[in-house]
Amino acid sequence: MKKTLYTFIALVVLALPLQAQAGTNIQIVGSSTVYPFVTVTAEEFGNNTDFNTPIVESTGTGGGFKLFCAGAGEMHPDISNASRAIKQSEEKLCAKNGVKDITEIKLGYDGIVLANSKKADRYSLSKEQIFLALAKKVPVDGKLVDNPNQNWSDVDASLPNVKIEVYGPPTTSGTRDAFSELVMEKACKDLPAFKAAFPDKKVRKKSCHLLREDGRYIEAGENDNLIVQKLQSNPQALGIFGFSFLDQSGDIVQGSIVGGIEPTFDNISNGSYGISRSLYVYLKNAHIGKTAGFKEFATELISDEAAGEFGYLSEKGLIPLPAEELKTMQQRITKLTQ
Amino acid sequence: MIKIFERRTRIAMNRVKKKKSPFIYKSYSKKPKHKWLRKRNAQEQRFKRTGVFCILIAFFFLASLVWNIFSNGYSAFTEAQINLPVEFQAELIEDDAYRKIIQNSLLELFPGIEDRKEKRELFSLISRNAPHILEKIVEEDPTVIGRKSMVWIPASSAVSIFYKQHLYEQAKRSGKISTSQVAWVTDLARTQNMRLKFNATFFKNGDSREAEQAGVLASTIGSFMTILVCIAMAFPLGVATAIYLEEFARKSWFTDFIEININNLAAVPSIIFGLLGLSIYLNIFGLPRSSSLVGGMVLALLILPVIVIATRNALQAVPPSIRYAAAALGATPTQVVFHHTLIYALPGIMTGVILSIARAFGETAPLLMIGMVAFIADVPKTFTDPATTLPVQVYLWANNPELGFVEKTAAAIMVLLTFMVLINLLAIYIRRRFEIKW
Repeated sequence: MKKTLYTFIALVVLALPLQAQAGTNIQIVGSSTVYPFVTVTAEEFGNNTDFNTPIVESTGTGGGFKLFCAGAGEMHPDISNASRAIKQSEEKLCAKNGVKDITEIKLGYDGIVLANSKKADRYSLSKEQIFLALAKKVPVDGKLVDNPNQNWSDVDASLPNVKIEVYGPPTTSGTRDAFSELVMEKACKDLPAFKAAFPDKKVRKKSCHLLREDGRYIEAGENDNLIVQKLQSNPQALGIFGFSFLDQSGDIVQGSIVGGIEPTFDNISNGSYGISRSLYVYLKNAHIGKTAGFKEFATELISDEAAGEFGYLSEKGLIPLPAEELKTMQQRITKLTQ
Repeated sequence: MIKIFERRTRIAMNRVKKKKSPFIYKSYSKKPKHKWLRKRNAQEQRFKRTGVFCILIAFFFLASLVWNIFSNGYSAFTEAQINLPVEFQAELIEDDAYRKIIQNSLLELFPGIEDRKEKRELFSLISRNAPHILEKIVEEDPTVIGRKSMVWIPASSAVSIFYKQHLYEQAKRSGKISTSQVAWVTDLARTQNMRLKFNATFFKNGDSREAEQAGVLASTIGSFMTILVCIAMAFPLGVATAIYLEEFARKSWFTDFIEININNLAAVPSIIFGLLGLSIYLNIFGLPRSSSLVGGMVLALLILPVIVIATRNALQAVPPSIRYAAAALGATPTQVVFHHTLIYALPGIMTGVILSIARAFGETAPLLMIGMVAFIADVPKTFTDPATTLPVQVYLWANNPELGFVEKTAAAIMVLLTFMVLINLLAIYIRRRFEIKW
């Protein structure tokens, strides 16, 4: 028994060869919407070059910038994915921590869809109707009151008499930010009742973004798959998530028509579908030449084979940039790496 | 009334003498004439039935869980392959244009396809990784250059699902597999140019975004490296703490305070240890993010209190007579502990340690904070390399939108459960083999 103890301890101690090796992997953090695309590029890059496969963490856009802006050096991520453009406050945070030069690369577009189970009828909504169903405060007879709408038919008589129940992303999510901006803000900022109540534009914008908290809008976490599963078990409910997930789960869910336009690949890429946003990748310029393979990876990210019209990312549901914009992005990288 | 009790007591005592349970349920089921006795017996019966019912419910949930995992996952252990006539053209190999070689041989199999969209569908019959497979073949045996030979190439995940007829309805409804693809696959199957093979890729590869290329090797190795670091840190620290507290420390308000804290720590939600690891290991010590070293150190914090408590219990179970005897023969307190008490307590300690390791093995939450929940495709080689663990892999795959990952997720859960069962079996074996009854 004594021997066993000593051998065990010896084994355990021997098992600690702690040779510290400098971080040779590119580290990527950020949006869960961009994650399915960047991981594909990362894998392709790892397979086709002698560099290690970059590590991709899905932290949400906000969480990603927090890590990205924490400082420069190999301890900190090289790239941050975002499903919205960087905010001023985040740029300030970056600058404060010595991350001054960052390059913004637009990767492509993603539509935000409101989808429900195929077991139920497809919804056809307008942005105003979505706003009236989900906002915290809505105008009734010219006054702002807490949202009284319980069923979709309360919003508009033409809609089905079904309880309003929408699963969507939490506030840390870029999808949520984009949704607030593209749907809620658009529908509400010119309503006379809001104009009267909040004369200041900034305050009005903020109050437009508020979603109701009485259980009709349900925050479902950063996991889009979870929302799809919830829709499957609850055919009445709607879910808000990125187009790529609709593209991959087309057997279970259907995208609602918004403003008369169906969310399809073509409608989003030609801009006619109203709720689409750009996906970004932010690069830390200071890491060029320091992190092995950073330059090459940046080139691969925005190459024709990856992000082009028939690139492998479009197979995964990314809506590619128009050829000209793609060129601009590619030039931005070449300039950077010279 | 007294008689009945006497009779029962006598029967019970006789049974105990024969080393049987003192209760005879049968006699209760006879209908006694006294109402109070009937009531008491009914109570007994009710309790027994509730117990059986609870077990049945638990068993039902366990069975449906296992069934769900198994029915989703068994098909992940096979993969569909397509027999391709590959022409290893020297000039194409020189240009590294292996994709072109694959495309040529697919076009040779199904000639007359011009339409761009149809071509794309044709090319997506096989795994995206096919060019790398050809590259490997050429590297291993350069004599194939210039020749033409038949090669089995893994099919793409959608085709594989279709061929296995598993989740087939879903694949078809989602439009993952087109009508012309169905026709091609049926054709290939008819001419026996398609086969099902054991999916070795699943055990040889790391993570991948293509379901047919994804495997558990990287995460399994990551898991074991993490656990190794975890044991190396938690075992000596935990056991030493427990020995000191139990055998040497004088009882004072300070040791009481430590004890309360250790018991408290055992119940702290695991994500908090992740936060602790983030702020201490990563931000202060500057250890590498996403590495198994940091992961193991965080998990060590998590199981440390459990090990301390288990070790103290095991030490307490050693009767004082052992200590007195050793001391009477002139052993110093340290010798008493290390030559006698600890040796007898070791089986109990080991059981506690192994069970807490099983817990650490299944943790994901604390690893989230230190960057181990990430897409990491390469197999870790050192403790500072980025790594994931098996439960993290399950979590990541469950989040992937592609249909092919449904079976991979279930298969990874099966692998995880297998390791769990093995660890627990080891704990049971050690307890049975070495346990000492006083």
